[in-house]
Amino acid sequence: MKYKNLSRRHVLRGMLNGGAVAVALPILNCFLNDSGTAYANGEQLPVRFGTWFWGLGGNNAILVPKKTGTGYEIPQQLAPVERVREHVNLITNLTAFRDGEPNLCHYSGWIIGRTGKAPKGSAERPGETIDMTIANEISRSTRFRTLTASATGDFRNTVSYENENSPNPPEISPLELYSRLFGTDFQDPNSPVFKPNPRVMVRRSVLSVMQDEVKSLEKTVGARDKERLDEYFTGLRHLEKQFDQQLTKPEPIAACHPPPVVTSDPRMGVDVEMVQTRHRLLTDLMVMAVACDQTRVFNMAYSNAQANTVRAGYEKPHHTTTHEEPIDKALGYQPNHAYFASRAIEEWAYFVEAFSKVREGGGTLLDNMLIYANTDHGDARVHSLNSLVSFTAGRAGGRAKTGLHVDASGTGVTRVGYTALRIMGLELPAWGAKSNMTSNPFNEIVA
Amino acid sequence: MLQRARNLIRHLRQPGRPWLSWTAGVVAVAVGVFAGLGVAGRHGEPESKGTPASMRLLTQQQYLNTLSYVFGPNVQPTTRFAALPRTDGLLASGAATAGLTEAQLEMYQKTAAKVAAQVIKEGSREYLIPCVPTAPDAADPNCARTFIEYVAPLLYRRTVPAAHIDALVEEAGKSADALKDFYDGLGVVLEGMLLSPNVLLVAEASEPDPEHSGQQRLDGWSLATRLSLFLWNAAPDAQLLKAAQSGALLTREGLAKQVDRMLASPRLEDGVRALFDDMFEFENFALLTKDGQIYPSFTGETAVDAREQTLRTVIYHLLTRREDYRDLFTTRQTFISPALAPIYKVASQGPGWTPYEFPADSPYAGLLTQVSFQALHSHPGRSSATLRGKALREVLLCQAVPKPPANVDFSAVQNPDGKVKTARERVGFHLKNPSCAGCHRIMDPMGLSMESFDGAGQFRHQENGADIDTSGNLDGVAFNDVVGLGKALHDNPQLPWCLVRRTFAYATGTKSDTNSRRVLEFLSERFANEGYVFPDLLREIALSGAFSKVYEPRARKVYPLPDLKSAQRSDAAPTAEITASLAPKF
Repeated sequence: MKYKNLSRRHVLRGMLNGGAVAVALPILNCFLNDSGTAYANGEQLPVRFGTWFWGLGGNNAILVPKKTGTGYEIPQQLAPVERVREHVNLITNLTAFRDGEPNLCHYSGWIIGRTGKAPKGSAERPGETIDMTIANEISRSTRFRTLTASATGDFRNTVSYENENSPNPPEISPLELYSRLFGTDFQDPNSPVFKPNPRVMVRRSVLSVMQDEVKSLEKTVGARDKERLDEYFTGLRHLEKQFDQQLTKPEPIAACHPPPVVTSDPRMGVDVEMVQTRHRLLTDLMVMAVACDQTRVFNMAYSNAQANTVRAGYEKPHHTTTHEEPIDKALGYQPNHAYFASRAIEEWAYFVEAFSKVREGGGTLLDNMLIYANTDHGDARVHSLNSLVSFTAGRAGGRAKTGLHVDASGTGVTRVGYTALRIMGLELPAWGAKSNMTSNPFNEIVA
Repeated sequence: MLQRARNLIRHLRQPGRPWLSWTAGVVAVAVGVFAGLGVAGRHGEPESKGTPASMRLLTQQQYLNTLSYVFGPNVQPTTRFAALPRTDGLLASGAATAGLTEAQLEMYQKTAAKVAAQVIKEGSREYLIPCVPTAPDAADPNCARTFIEYVAPLLYRRTVPAAHIDALVEEAGKSADALKDFYDGLGVVLEGMLLSPNVLLVAEASEPDPEHSGQQRLDGWSLATRLSLFLWNAAPDAQLLKAAQSGALLTREGLAKQVDRMLASPRLEDGVRALFDDMFEFENFALLTKDGQIYPSFTGETAVDAREQTLRTVIYHLLTRREDYRDLFTTRQTFISPALAPIYKVASQGPGWTPYEFPADSPYAGLLTQVSFQALHSHPGRSSATLRGKALREVLLCQAVPKPPANVDFSAVQNPDGKVKTARERVGFHLKNPSCAGCHRIMDPMGLSMESFDGAGQFRHQENGADIDTSGNLDGVAFNDVVGLGKALHDNPQLPWCLVRRTFAYATGTKSDTNSRRVLEFLSERFANEGYVFPDLLREIALSGAFSKVYEPRARKVYPLPDLKSAQRSDAAPTAEITASLAPKF
């Protein structure tokens, strides 16, 4: 879906007053080349990047396999991953280094995993997160540079930051996400009819007046606020780009099948069943957003760090459970914490599987993606920043190997992020700060 | 004398004397006039550098309130602006640093489109567009100009240059021609105006203060906006803009006149609601749910009404009755709705809201005993002495409770054998462990006295079959139950001090911790001397020199960390950016 700017607009100017442009119904399997790795016009299938987040880790006693490599056994808590193991890598025994900064509970761990840097205090918000670093490279041409969703119902809590002052607000409502993605502004790339909306053209024209206003306002504010005005300007440019795309006939995309209309939201709440329902609805929408090339970078959070998921009739939320529940001597772990953590792992498997079910080219959508999943603590009971577990999924268009359990031997959690950056084609010599800085990817994973 | 007059009003407005309220109103006006005259002779405010001129994001509620003023209450689009970061206890303070993302601009655009559609639709346009075009399917520059000239200053919060109006009129014309519809063309321009950085960002401008050479003050437009966002949580109205344009707002008398007009307006309620909704962290109600199996009486409606109950109590107590702020924490007067009645175990007076006074021997007295406080600071399935104690410290007393250490031995707080029945026994472990006790001692003793309310805010005598001991103390004042805690809070000098700090920060969009302590102490003293009457505090702040005096915030200079390796070399020299006094001494 190439986005062509002004020339196309000029062509369309003549069509403005509602003229429908009919084109022949495309034959979908003709879109691709013979090997299924590129569009018929020669353009390679894009490789996309996603992240998945869950809070409070797992119970390593029943999550971490003893064996490494491809033939690892599946411990109890990992059971749901069995059905997607060929697509997934499990990386265990990772460490987030504090570098003398305090261990900010439920904060330092996930921030180091996504920014490479240990925060100094809980008031210090993360800078640019890894998804944005990648989005700025690979996702500028699509309708959305990035999409972020959260199954928690908490729109104040996000895992994606443009910079410390600009968190990307998450979508929490399947209804709203549907309408943002597939509502009236959506252009079905496979629709036989292309009818540009004349209102969009005039909207675009008025936008330029507002861009002039930003420029004149810039002369009156201080340096710090100038940066925020720049963000405003960028936002207006983003709207302009979206308008242009609406005025341009998109290239057909075989994998794109717009989902059925969402007409209502499931009940809000933090009960584990409600969170699961919301997570699956949001996931299904996100899958189609990627398949229809609306974005090439996205984030999904199943739960927040310090997850407050609850189980009906049980008085302690997940986070409180990790601290107050005794370790069952016979089992060797906290059974209710394990219940919550297992539910999270189940949803991770659902998430991966959902992308693997969409056919794209000669394989699946997931084959052309890389997903990076991380959490906040190794052992949530004691807020440990070692023994962290992370996952990746997808073969990134052949750039990543999958099906592995890798023991990181206590090395930095930033190695997973760095591996992802390399696989996504960012030729950074290193990533992270101080002890979290690494230039050592997991070579087992990089193809 | 002022104090005596206010006491008289309070006396006249005792319950059971509604026939006197008219008289009281007259006296109130008289007091207002008297206080107004007092402005010219204001003295005693300590010198300060004022507050920084900032650029704030217009909040969602400010945007909606402004639309409601400009287009009437029916134009209310559904929207959700991005969350603001809570800074020094206030979201309002975070609006000065919050950034903007593409997703946010998308939300602004979608909201603007909804507003424009509602304004131009048939049935609305007849009222909201002050002229009829010569032909409905073509441009009409005159009618477009009439509309834009009326709307633009109210949205931009200042007069809009003629050239800019011309550009907008021209766009309306081009759009009307392209779409073959005058109203659609106008709608597109309204959409555009609602996307303007001058509308969605509040960039304050300053000018030299002619009365104090070398000092800067807000210019008239910025002062009008600051006042209006403070007192009405909306953009200025036409009268206030007129005062800004004429320069009257920059005179003491003109300012006092506008402030008194704004304080007397019914729109003050919007402003005060917004302030307390922010200070009490009520945005968390959006996430509040309770376990339906454990608390079947607590529904989604309960949460909505709990928030409303507290705000109604605040408005009635502080604005309608002009009572002492501290009495909010002991008052037995409130309002009850059908959804709240089962939680408070009182007969529903329904339908809708009804005033209600709890009897003198009831456990309900003051905001601390309301569902909003108890349920908001609890877990979904149980109460939390620690969360409640922490909220009392942080929200009501402006104190910071340190974060828990990461390496706590939680095994001490575990409850392995089920013998431990009450929260007091559970959190008692905190107080035995020295690394926990330091912080828990400042939260638990008052949090535990609130254990007489379960996680849904329902009163109880027992937990798990064991009697609850509700004794506790707050900063050395002992009490036996939550009513006693309310009294101790009432008498705690930090309570009004905290309100002054938060209100000033809210008023100016600044961070509480950065404001002049001397000015805040001065305002605090006035607040105390005048009987803790909240509208008087609003007035004091709005008329204070520190409110309108501004300084350019200095960009923070970043000094590089000394590089220890290069420091060992003899030729190492500090970088040019490090000033002599700050340069590391090698």
